[in-house]
Amino acid sequence: MAKTLFDKIWDQHVIEELPGGVSLLHVDRHLMHELTSVAAIRQLEARGAKVHDPSLTFATLDHVISTRPGRTAGDEAWSTIAIKTLREQTGRLSITRFDVDDGRQGIVHVIGPELGLTLPGVLLVCADSHTCTHGALGAIAFGIGSTEQVHVLATQTIRQKRPKTLRVRFEGATRPGVEAKDMILYLIGALGTSGGTGYAIEYAGQAIRALPVEARLTLCNLSIELGAKIGMIAPDDVTFAYIEGRDYAPAGAALDKAIAQWRELASTDDAVFDKEITIDATLIRPQITWGTSPEHVIAIDAQVPDPLSEPDPVRRESLKTALAYMQLTPGQRLDQTPIDRVFIGSCTNSRLSDLRNAAQVVKGRHVAAHVTAWVVPGSIEVKRDAEREGLDQIFLDAGFEWREPGCSMCVGANGDMVGPGERCVSTSNRNFVGRQGPGALTHLASPRVAAASAIAGRIAMLAGEEEAEVGA
Amino acid sequence: MKAFTVCEGIAAPLMRDNIDTDMIVRVERIAQLGRGQFAPWAFEMARYQADGAEDRSFILNQPPFRDAQILLSGANFGCGSSREMAVWALEEFGIRCVIAQSFGDIFYANCLQNGLLPIRLDGAQIESLAKPALIGERLRVDLRTRTIQAPGIDQIAFDFPDDRREALLEGIDEIDQTMKLNARILAFQRNDAVTRPWVYVQR
Repeated sequence: MAKTLFDKIWDQHVIEELPGGVSLLHVDRHLMHELTSVAAIRQLEARGAKVHDPSLTFATLDHVISTRPGRTAGDEAWSTIAIKTLREQTGRLSITRFDVDDGRQGIVHVIGPELGLTLPGVLLVCADSHTCTHGALGAIAFGIGSTEQVHVLATQTIRQKRPKTLRVRFEGATRPGVEAKDMILYLIGALGTSGGTGYAIEYAGQAIRALPVEARLTLCNLSIELGAKIGMIAPDDVTFAYIEGRDYAPAGAALDKAIAQWRELASTDDAVFDKEITIDATLIRPQITWGTSPEHVIAIDAQVPDPLSEPDPVRRESLKTALAYMQLTPGQRLDQTPIDRVFIGSCTNSRLSDLRNAAQVVKGRHVAAHVTAWVVPGSIEVKRDAEREGLDQIFLDAGFEWREPGCSMCVGANGDMVGPGERCVSTSNRNFVGRQGPGALTHLASPRVAAASAIAGRIAMLAGEEEAEVGA
Repeated sequence: MKAFTVCEGIAAPLMRDNIDTDMIVRVERIAQLGRGQFAPWAFEMARYQADGAEDRSFILNQPPFRDAQILLSGANFGCGSSREMAVWALEEFGIRCVIAQSFGDIFYANCLQNGLLPIRLDGAQIESLAKPALIGERLRVDLRTRTIQAPGIDQIAFDFPDDRREALLEGIDEIDQTMKLNARILAFQRNDAVTRPWVYVQR
């Protein structure tokens, strides 16, 4: 029967069809972090309700936790109180917490897959919009609000209307030096930040199949920047190999049985999507954002737009405002623009392969004297693995700070911020006005571009890109 | 949940696309403040200058719009972060209804959880409402009849799903409703644990 990956998983989770086309869906995994969960648990307890399934509920600390070496909680009194409160709440309610002292703390969207909590076919939620990340393993995963979170805590279910489906195929092979980050930024540039609103996206095609799981996580992570709550990739042998041996993943015969089920999840050949888009992956070059929305993105050596050539008055005004905020001139090129900061981290790009990509660019070189550059690994496990390979030493020798895991400068909730008027090349996911700190100027890019820019002290192309351009 | 039936009040046009939830309330506030404390911090980056003084050029600092109960905006309002505090900040500021061309999916759902009415209209209709709004005329939004009225323009009808309308009109608490279905939830889990044992963590 014709069915998409999304439809198959959705249908397996329907407990009851409610009036108005709303489905009551079972939540297999509820992940929590301290920024949103402390208040949700308080609301739950204020109602006199209990956690329906503590064994399917998992918490970590990522948003307000300090990233300074040797940290145990927050950098300030209020953040330490938030962390202490979540520790007490999870203890009292028998919710498993991945914390600093057990060596499993990390950004919630990094540790979910890493611990084998994120599995193909699950329905996973978290009160965080980048929950779409987990769809990379073939799950339905989406961000929810605080009231919905209380609903999940109290009932282990969520009420949802079925979204429309969109398949995006990346056909052809990407060029060397092009990362998953470039692929998804390119797509956001093509569709705009509401191009995926109302849709669950399935990414498919040759260039997607070729991606290792960590790169798929990066790609799905930015689905919400297309407006799509859900982005997913059909599980395949690459996925199954990644899952094997992880803490919470099934093992032995149970894994074999699970894989047999997971193989059935892929969209059927005759599956019908509400919308289909094909992207020629061979055309994608390293991307960087110039403005204050992820759709303000260009190839790294292209010119920023000139608002005068935009016919729509509302859009023209928004381009003007963005250029003014970013202190850029219409039509200028971005490469050569001096920078103050580089941030390599976040749920988008803080996994081992991201750090390897950046380290490869950095090795044997030094960060420009006027640049402050940070690497914030996504989890304690990522940090441990990177140190085992000596990546920490490469970064430290080059003049980077090597910090403890957390969301850090992606969102600045813990106080890790880019200063007013400072220009930062960041591997994170949002370049909104003030996102990295009031008055901060953010350019989103891949770990390779961020690393090259740290060394150059300006927005920099990758070695070899210039020749590639001439040859193209 | 707070019920919504009719809202008659000042409407502030914020005619831009992509007003994100970071813009509506900053992360420092959601990390450090609780429900009931957000009103001074709604749109803080636009409302205040670096020295903390109000920026008079921002519409929500100008009379009569500082008492606005309705916002008019462009496409993709509430995109970005899932923070429900964005809805709380609007609601605590006094906003009861946002009329935009489109909304971020998570923000839209969060509105419905808090009795804040999100209405989708096309750009031309919103422009037509912005004209009387800008001269301080009051708009009347009636969810019972799904209509918007403003002086000098024809009544505008808007689409809103029946089930959602009913829930908002009555202020229905979905958590209580779902808790009543617990027997169904437990039965689902019992069956599901047989077909998908790997979902149910034994530890």
